[in-house]
Amino acid sequence: MVKNVEDVVIQMLCRMLIPLMQVYSLYVFAHGHGSPGGGFQGGCIMAAAFIVMVIAYDLNEAKRRFREKALLIFCCLGVFIYAGTGWAVLLLGSNFLDYSFLSKVLPADPVKARYYGMAMIELGVQITVMAIMLSIFLDLVTKGEHEKALEE
Amino acid sequence: MISEQFPALIVVTPLILSFFIPILGWWRRSLCLPIVLIALSVCTVFAIGLLQTVMTQGKIHYWLGKWQPPWGIEYVVDHLNALVLFFVSFISLMIAIYSKKSIEQELPEHKIPQFYTLFLLNITGLLGITVTGDAFNLYVLVEIASFTAYGLVAIGEDGAFVASFRYIVMGTIGACFYLLGVGHLYIVTGSLNMADLSNILPNLYHSKVIIVAFAFLIIGIALKMALFPLHAWLPDAYTYAPSTVSAFMGPLMTKVGAYVLIRIMFTVFKPEFSIGMLQVTDIMVWLGVAAMLFGGIMALSQTDFKRMLCYIIVAEMGFIVGGIGIANATAIKGAIFHILSDAFMMACLFLVAGTIMYKTKGHSISDFKGIFRKMPFTAIIFTVGALAIIGVPPTCGFFSKWYLLLGGIEAKHWGFVIALLLCTLINVALFFRVIDKGLYLHVHALEHASEPAGHHPEPHYDEAPLSMLIPGFIIAIAIFLIGIFNQAIFKNIIEFAIPLRL
Amino acid sequence: MLEYIISKYNYWMYIVIILIGVYGMMAKSNLMKKLIGMGIFQWAIIFYFMSIGAKKGATIHIVTGHHGAYEAVRAIEVINPLPSVLMLTAIVVGVATTGISLSVLISIYRRYGTFEEDEIIKLLSEKGK
Repeated sequence: MVKNVEDVVIQMLCRMLIPLMQVYSLYVFAHGHGSPGGGFQGGCIMAAAFIVMVIAYDLNEAKRRFREKALLIFCCLGVFIYAGTGWAVLLLGSNFLDYSFLSKVLPADPVKARYYGMAMIELGVQITVMAIMLSIFLDLVTKGEHEKALEE
Repeated sequence: MISEQFPALIVVTPLILSFFIPILGWWRRSLCLPIVLIALSVCTVFAIGLLQTVMTQGKIHYWLGKWQPPWGIEYVVDHLNALVLFFVSFISLMIAIYSKKSIEQELPEHKIPQFYTLFLLNITGLLGITVTGDAFNLYVLVEIASFTAYGLVAIGEDGAFVASFRYIVMGTIGACFYLLGVGHLYIVTGSLNMADLSNILPNLYHSKVIIVAFAFLIIGIALKMALFPLHAWLPDAYTYAPSTVSAFMGPLMTKVGAYVLIRIMFTVFKPEFSIGMLQVTDIMVWLGVAAMLFGGIMALSQTDFKRMLCYIIVAEMGFIVGGIGIANATAIKGAIFHILSDAFMMACLFLVAGTIMYKTKGHSISDFKGIFRKMPFTAIIFTVGALAIIGVPPTCGFFSKWYLLLGGIEAKHWGFVIALLLCTLINVALFFRVIDKGLYLHVHALEHASEPAGHHPEPHYDEAPLSMLIPGFIIAIAIFLIGIFNQAIFKNIIEFAIPLRL
Repeated sequence: MLEYIISKYNYWMYIVIILIGVYGMMAKSNLMKKLIGMGIFQWAIIFYFMSIGAKKGATIHIVTGHHGAYEAVRAIEVINPLPSVLMLTAIVVGVATTGISLSVLISIYRRYGTFEEDEIIKLLSEKGK
């Protein structure tokens, strides 16, 4: 079902492109709470980097790096980071997602604490979006049969 | 201290725990159900706490992230949605207990963690829709509930994929219409908060944009709640879904849609606009009447029990929308009480459908043959549900219909009154047909006496497992309790839930 | 009349796009085309929201020099950021809709071997008998 088409030009290009895309995704993520950008966009670019890898090499290469289980754990991890930040604030005694209360544990004033809180949220979003996008792509490309596609 | 955080916790707790399920489910499948049970029982406790707080102290406002309302997202709990929160979390808890055996039989084993994840996320969405006080946030939560519903429908039996795809298309149109309505409101008011909108809007009631926005919002919600001409997705989707899925989506999703309708019509827009100026309520009564008659007649022509229940849902939505459309205090009280009682009645009947499915591997009416001998306890639960739908006095169905009827007579809307009585008669015919199949086995056997003996073996006692019976019994008892204590519910909750100046 | 149309051209465009989407959803019997129509429908709404936030001659909503030195922001020079933020969420919702409907479509194709709705209905009713 999945054919191996090896093309040196495409592979070399992708080998240069993928690290750039990943770094760019981190850049977009890191500026998310101060300017346009953020977790969703960063996560999409990160997932696109891996999708480019699947296109340039083959599915086996991608599966070797990202097993289905790992994707699922990443997806859940992102949600836990997001919700955990909210819960931490709850435990500190304020409303859900009120990051300014993080200043009680972080060495920062309330405004800066809000800034870091948003960064944490964006990190969670980035991880989840990356995992979800990649798993949607892999599911569609293998018609939902991950393991079978590998054998053929 | 912690009780101040209940409005956020009731949404966040199932959200977080639902993502524990796939991870722990991979490690050990038997852990999935306990997590769901923990999440939902915690939610029920929160909902009861919220109901108590609302009854003693009035409205609760909760600011997410402590951002002030017109800018931040606000969660509001008042009498109406505290009631909805309570029955959503309670019924979903019952169905989670019930789901164990049914899911183990109907789904392949590796799909169980996915199923429970989607189940809990769906409940998260429903609770979020109920608790939020922000128009755009409501859209997002409606979509969370809908996506999980699409997925849950699609894992059903043959034909579920096509039903699910139709549901996706119709549901997306509904959500997009709602979003368009919100966009129109945002253009003219610059606000998304429901309380803020209702303060700004009265000055703009003559603007055409507002009228268009209102139409978009109502049509979008009507698509989601399967109001009569827009109900086409519902019967297929709920018939082919696994029995647990239809058991919680049938009672809950459409009822939450009805709640959103009341919220939009009477909180975001004031009654003076939706009843006085636009007179959209006249159309709604006739839509309700059409839904009742159509739902009843279509239900009468079905041979499949689950599909029959689906058409009964369509008819019941007709009761609720008709009651809202009558638009006097009595009828709206009746409509709100009907949301509550209908959730319990439909849950009861869908549980029975699932139990029959578990034992006989089918859900057509002919599978009910001899259940009073074979499965006496299931039959008792079924009878209670059937009596409640028909509206026999001590059950809750009687009182909601009584109030709707009184409201119809008060408004002198005879079309509604006649349709309500006619639909009740149709329900009698519907359920006595099933009870007849279940009870009078010997009469049927005598008719075929010419056939050789042995074709009709005496049905032996073959009752469903306790984990399926107990939730059914609890819901059946709740149907009676809601009926008996209806005055307490009316006096303490629904009296405050109806809009003022009606 | 023409001026009226031209002065509100963004609304007319979104109406045209939304009608293309509705046509795709209602008139086509191929399920994949229905899905494409649904996508166009959603994108029309995103388009509409973006257009209501736009202002003539305004720039994107970045506050310059945000590390410390804040300048006064003149609202007329910046487009309304809220519709953009709302539509970010709506785009996520759109992605999720597309993902789930594609996976349902794949399952339909695997079971029935076609995307044509009438053929699928025929297969379903044959199975019913």
